[in-house]
Amino acid sequence: MPRARPKVARRPLAKAPTGIQGLDEVTGGGLPKGRVTLVCGSAGCGKSLLAMEFLVHGAVRYGEPGVCMDFEETEEKLRANVASLGFDLRDLARSKKLLVDYVAVERHEIAETGEYNLEGLFIRLGHAVKAIKAKRVVLDSIEALFSGLTDSTILRAELRRLFQWLEERKLTAIVTGEAGEHTLTRHGLEEYIADCVIALDHRVTEQLSTRRLRIVKYRGTSHGTDEYPFLIDREGISVVPLTSLALAHKALTDRVSTGIPALDEMLEGKGFFRGSSVLVSGTSGTGKSSVAAKFVSAACARGEDCLYFAFEESPSQILRNMSSVGLDLERWVKRRLLYFHAMRPTSTGLEGHLAAIHKLIAKLRPKVVVIDPITNLVSASGAYDVKSMLTRLVDFLKVEQITSMFTNLAWSGDPQQGAGSAVSSLMDTWIVLRDSKPNGRPRRELYVLKSRGMAHSREPRELIVSKRGIELGMVLTDHTLASTVADPSAAAKVK
Amino acid sequence: MKKSSAKKRRPAKTPPGDFYRLRLYIAGQTPNSIAAIANLKKICEDNLRGKYRIEVVDLLEKPQLAKGDQIIAIPTLVRRLPPPVKKIIGNLSKTENVIVGLDLQPIP
Repeated sequence: MPRARPKVARRPLAKAPTGIQGLDEVTGGGLPKGRVTLVCGSAGCGKSLLAMEFLVHGAVRYGEPGVCMDFEETEEKLRANVASLGFDLRDLARSKKLLVDYVAVERHEIAETGEYNLEGLFIRLGHAVKAIKAKRVVLDSIEALFSGLTDSTILRAELRRLFQWLEERKLTAIVTGEAGEHTLTRHGLEEYIADCVIALDHRVTEQLSTRRLRIVKYRGTSHGTDEYPFLIDREGISVVPLTSLALAHKALTDRVSTGIPALDEMLEGKGFFRGSSVLVSGTSGTGKSSVAAKFVSAACARGEDCLYFAFEESPSQILRNMSSVGLDLERWVKRRLLYFHAMRPTSTGLEGHLAAIHKLIAKLRPKVVVIDPITNLVSASGAYDVKSMLTRLVDFLKVEQITSMFTNLAWSGDPQQGAGSAVSSLMDTWIVLRDSKPNGRPRRELYVLKSRGMAHSREPRELIVSKRGIELGMVLTDHTLASTVADPSAAAKVK
Repeated sequence: MKKSSAKKRRPAKTPPGDFYRLRLYIAGQTPNSIAAIANLKKICEDNLRGKYRIEVVDLLEKPQLAKGDQIIAIPTLVRRLPPPVKKIIGNLSKTENVIVGLDLQPIP
């Protein structure tokens, strides 16, 4: 099927890379070079940090010194922002890489005694730009001028003149603006910015904070109208460049072992498709993590890097639990084939988790990823569209050809519970574990509810977990599949 | 019109409360700036009876001086003495505003 050609601008804009993880991907190379970009958002959303990162990376990585006209932050806060990126503001100034001019806008009450313009601002900016031969400029936040000067006609005319001044000198600039109630910015700066507008959003729902970046306008570049989650951590801003892909990933045909030979048998004797997504669901204590651990162990034995995201148990708990069933994961950790990353699900919102997951995957490039469990993530999502976020994650994993396994807690026998319904349609293979007590003797069972692209066995088998390890027993014939599925129509809903 | 650099200090001959030191920032000899200078001279002559010194700083010649007094608008008039420092902007055509803004107490 022919792919749609991407839109091509008549005069493609050159771009200035920001150096901010994920943002250059999302903008197709960075901000429009030699133009003014507006970054708007409410207080605390990260606009000053974004602008500062743009300047610092510009100076340090791309050889473009920068000037910051700071209208609001104190010197302390600015220095802290820069320090958080690993740089010292004074060093940067000394080496003529970054200059800051703190502009104090005082409130004048009867200040205005006749005609005036803002040439003083132009002179200060020009002076700083000349001093270090700057190529980048940040005005943060220029809307502060509105509170100090009462004649908004003059102010607006001068702002227009200022943006032209910047473009004439081919300076790539970021202007920050405070979010307005009904307009993008309080004072309508977006009217003067033709080329690029980025909006940052920071919401706290049920004590979970989520941050999102949206490209409102980017002339000359076809951009998605998607919102991208981002996080702010010790290294600055990371944007998660996950888009709703058009299912364009290749379907791989090679297979990988599940780590449990009898389970491989149930899957045409070959195991999972490489790059596929696997869901393992079951009630508490049914052995989901053990199945995940076996899978990971087999992958490490093949020399493949594995990334295990633990959202419920600490890595040391997992290592201990697995060794009690004869599974030594610690040797893979020591050989740096298995990497654990533990996070409390309530530490941040779903977008924050996705951002962290994406960042780690991009850094470590594993072949196998386990998310154990996904249950709490889904319930931590608050108002945002869970399905959309998870779709993007699974799509991303498939494009990277990473085989992924997700565990999910179901509270009762119905596998559709917990995260089941949101997640199951994204999964290629769905393995269900449950407890049962036929004839009074308790036992664990495993069956494959679905597995796309292969003829899989649908018969349940006993899951035996002992000090010797994890094995599957014989096929169970004492009850049929139909009676074990909570609701036959639920099976039809699966897909 | 006196032009002097910022840091020269001369002992006031009269007690501080009675002597005005005013600094006018301009950016080149634009019509607005020239008007401001003229307006300022008139206001001082009418109200301060010689007990004043006007200093004009052209930021096109000395851009580095804009930072110190936090100059954004042009023209800006800064009252340096007597304290406290006061700042007003505009070409000084609205005389009332100038007098109130600078807190000029007419000297009898």
